Amino acid sequence: MKHLAPKNLKARFATEWLEDGGAARATADDPGPHYPSGCTTIFSPGWEVDSTGGTAALCQPMERDLYDCYKTCYWPAQVPDYLNNSPDWHKNCASATQDWREIDLIFP
Amino acid sequence: MTAIQPTLVEASQMHRFTGGARNFAFLVPSSMIFELDETTGTVLDRLQEGPRPPASVAQTPEERDALRELAGVGAVVRQGAPLIPIGGLQEVNEPPPIRTVVLNITNSCNLACRYCYEYGDDRIAEAEVPAAMSEEVARQSVDRLISDSGNAKDLQVTFFGGETLLNWRVIRPTVEYAREEAERVGKRVDFSLTTNATLLTRGISEWIADNGIGVTISVDGPKQFQDSMRVYGNGMGSYDVIAPRIEQFLKLQKRPVGARVTITAKNLDVRRIFDHLIGLGFYEVGFAPVTSSPDQDYALGEDGFDDLLDQFRDLADDYVDEAVEGRYLGFSNLSDLLGEIHEGVSKAYPCGAGLGLVGVAPGGEIGLCHRFAGSGDHDLGHVATGVDDELRAEHLKKAHIDARTDCSQCWVRSLCSGGCYHEAQVRYGDRFRPNLHYCDWIRDWTALGLSAYGRILDRAPGFLHRFEGMLQAARQTP
Repeated sequence: MKHLAPKNLKARFATEWLEDGGAARATADDPGPHYPSGCTTIFSPGWEVDSTGGTAALCQPMERDLYDCYKTCYWPAQVPDYLNNSPDWHKNCASATQDWREIDLIFP
Repeated sequence: MTAIQPTLVEASQMHRFTGGARNFAFLVPSSMIFELDETTGTVLDRLQEGPRPPASVAQTPEERDALRELAGVGAVVRQGAPLIPIGGLQEVNEPPPIRTVVLNITNSCNLACRYCYEYGDDRIAEAEVPAAMSEEVARQSVDRLISDSGNAKDLQVTFFGGETLLNWRVIRPTVEYAREEAERVGKRVDFSLTTNATLLTRGISEWIADNGIGVTISVDGPKQFQDSMRVYGNGMGSYDVIAPRIEQFLKLQKRPVGARVTITAKNLDVRRIFDHLIGLGFYEVGFAPVTSSPDQDYALGEDGFDDLLDQFRDLADDYVDEAVEGRYLGFSNLSDLLGEIHEGVSKAYPCGAGLGLVGVAPGGEIGLCHRFAGSGDHDLGHVATGVDDELRAEHLKKAHIDARTDCSQCWVRSLCSGGCYHEAQVRYGDRFRPNLHYCDWIRDWTALGLSAYGRILDRAPGFLHRFEGMLQAARQTP
């Protein structure tokens, strides 16, 4: 080609292919389909609040906050006394979202 | 008798841009970039008004040559020729192998960033971390990755949270286990994690450095910005905790470390954040606009996004100037874009979710990615029982760019491919909907990237070699 100069890799590949009558296509140089990996290209849009300013539609639902009432954080909810009497109160609940029903009542 | 309609030709979809005095065309959807000489430029200019007979488009032998070349690469077509679909994986009979698994090893966080829905306890609980992935689930995830990875040799395990390091005790044995298991079958595993840096103690930092774990640190910049949003549960800012830890970590870590900055209306000062973080020793800085409703006081409104793009443009100008001097300015958003432009990627899918990547929730549920993991409706299986390939194939069929009619006329569709599934799920309740709310922004940003690419082609083409092999290395070989 004399009027067009291929600049990026895809254009170079295609030009070689055209000039070679298409033969290069069958070689190992064929890049094949592109499979993206990782997140979307441009930017990851963040995961803070949903479009309504709430949290209901977020990737991880509210139930996980259950564990934020646990240990040292103040939160207006109660969790069992994990220091002395019920250290294992959450052991059947690896994921609060899925398993919250597994948490039984604790009687001190 | 009806007159014979003359054959008309028209320019196919493209984005023309310049670099210095040179003219380039980015072709859609092939993502090929050609430099145009004067003759091809003239021919294309004549087609700007619409289809014309070839004889009026190319009037000299030279121009006819140019027209033939343009037709050869698909830049000029017969009028009415159908839009070329983006091929590859058109028919998803067999989903490609899984190469990357993102483990949500904990849902807890020790920070309570104001823009984050998540609220964490403000002390470090080393003995026991609730809502955390167990070692067993992490091991099962590794087994699943290895068994579902087909012929792929290089695998990736990413630890994610919550605050990832709250579940530190699972990371170490999982890394050791994955290395051993991969080695047994002749594969390699690379590891990475994202952290807010609050728990990067000397011991943890040394182990990460010694084991070659890739690290991204979420941080918002100078103290004023960091402390306004990235706070502990009691409202205390985190800058004074993280700054010395980052400094120590960057000295120990051997791999380049990137910073991930959340941009809000409260810290919309890209240059200042960038300079501060590069000054701390980060190799690269990437910016992500906050996702929020417009009524939050930190939301980036339309003006905010315009402002952000202007600031990105300024930083891109500096990037080009540095490239000309043979130096690298670690503006990773632009580097990522330039890498894709240089490669000429033409994507059928916006990201790797469900394609070569899956996320695993603390309980072992497999999701499309870390954002979907554990969200119930979107689960693709469980690490104990495996990925449901029918669900995965169905997802890939519906998510294909050619199935998204909204994207069919857009000139950046081969690079954007519709955007983040999770963002679409949040906005529209449908993960297959393109993210129409930021189309204009993405088009402007892509044009900005092509402009930078053109200027680098003009002034420092050798700089682009750094991007060669970057994506080939990451490409999966099914």
